[in-house]
Amino acid sequence: MRPLTSWVLRNLQAAVGTLGELWRAPLTSLMSLLVIAIALSLPSGLLALLDNLERLGARWEGPASLSLYLKLKTTAEEARDLAGRLEADPAVAGVESLSPDQGLAELRAIPGFDAALELLDSNPLPRVLVVRPGPGRHSDAELERLRAFLAALPEVDQVRLDLQWVRRLQRLMALARRAVWLLAGLLGLGVLLIMGNTIRLEILNRRAEIEVCKLVGASDAFVRRPFLYRGLWLGSLGGALAWALVGGGLWWLQGPALRLAELYQSGFRLHPPGLTAGLGLLAGGGLLGWLGAWLAVGRHLGEIEPD
Amino acid sequence: MIVFERVLKRYPGGRCGLDGVSFRLAAGEMAFLTGHSGAGKSTLLKLVGLLERPSRGQVRVLGRNLGRLPARQVHRHRREVGMVFQDHRLLMDRTLFDNVALPLVVTGTPHREITRRVRAALDQVGLRGRERALPSTLSGGEQQRVGIARAVVNRPPVLLADEPTGNLDPELSREIMALFERFNQVGVTLLVASHDLDLVKRLGHRVLTLREGVLVQDTGPR
Repeated sequence: MRPLTSWVLRNLQAAVGTLGELWRAPLTSLMSLLVIAIALSLPSGLLALLDNLERLGARWEGPASLSLYLKLKTTAEEARDLAGRLEADPAVAGVESLSPDQGLAELRAIPGFDAALELLDSNPLPRVLVVRPGPGRHSDAELERLRAFLAALPEVDQVRLDLQWVRRLQRLMALARRAVWLLAGLLGLGVLLIMGNTIRLEILNRRAEIEVCKLVGASDAFVRRPFLYRGLWLGSLGGALAWALVGGGLWWLQGPALRLAELYQSGFRLHPPGLTAGLGLLAGGGLLGWLGAWLAVGRHLGEIEPD
Repeated sequence: MIVFERVLKRYPGGRCGLDGVSFRLAAGEMAFLTGHSGAGKSTLLKLVGLLERPSRGQVRVLGRNLGRLPARQVHRHRREVGMVFQDHRLLMDRTLFDNVALPLVVTGTPHREITRRVRAALDQVGLRGRERALPSTLSGGEQQRVGIARAVVNRPPVLLADEPTGNLDPELSREIMALFERFNQVGVTLLVASHDLDLVKRLGHRVLTLREGVLVQDTGPR
């Protein structure tokens, strides 16, 4: 048999054999799996929630726009003229003009405002131009430059960038995301230590077997292999279970979320973590499991020698 | 095959296991190692099986200088030296088949070959057809024979036994010794530690006698 073929075969044997051992001790295996799954599902659940919030933010954001409140003395003609000049500017994608009457009509549509507006003898609202920035002009710096340019126009009284609160939300979420990654790092370290300890106990449990194996000429690699595969299996299966837990948790939150979204006439629904996230958890859990096992094996296997 | 040259083995704490032991054992030779308990018999066997390394002097087995053998090659040496112990060191939760198969499993022997050779080894020690039994259901003599089957299943050129008959009655002891003689007849080099002087003398092989770590007598075969 070629060395590579036999190496693959031996690894396959260890992998399948270890899986069989886990299967034959279901309760112990399940306990280890759950500990790992819970530790992994906490940060990944929070990340999934953040993803959903970001999705929600993106729905509200739409294309950015700036509202220009023109000075009160500006006439309809001057406003049209300004709109025409702005539309010719490459920094601007489009301009929408709102007359004071249109503005008043919009306010009237809001329940409760109707009676208050009756008290006014004249329309106090200014003309408004809603400016949409041109393509590629949505960055903070570009928007700020556009805002400054528009504010300097003689006809303009005030400029409002409509997206400030969305940006605030985005910054807040960036902060939360970093905090979640920090948590993920700590819990990942926790998984590593849990796995190290699980494998350490397993090594001690099988001390006699390890001694006899070494006695009859087992290489270090042979003795090490089942423990490494045990770590790999527990880690990756724990990751898969974490994925299922997060998916199940979001599914459970779906009902209340839908009813909340209904109040805002929004068709928003929670998205469960996708296949990529699932594979990431599987691979990440597997890697942590393998590493934890490696640490335990490196520390404890050498101590066991036949005498 | 086995060469000791002025071998000294000192344990941590200063206790002396062996003190300047020199002898040679040719390929295919069979010898007994006797002496009181604590005389260094086990230490000597452990040096041959590379469970211990000499503190001074040279141990050469199968052409290897064991004092200098790199740690990553130790397992290769152990594959070529079968070992039998007084407490047989079987895995009590595994069947006879799994116990005997272990030396073949660790070398990655194909499954079919394992089955064939484990059956042959159990047959040689008179336990044919008991593959599925657990060691705990066997008598002491039978357990010892399982240990012997495990030691010879991968056909090592050297076989060591440390008090293999220590817990057995005279009749079973004779059976075990007869088994060893049969392996020796097919060319295996054998070194057997035993304090059962009567039995050793009756068998008439070469006898090495140790006293407090020193080789005090080396009598040739009759």
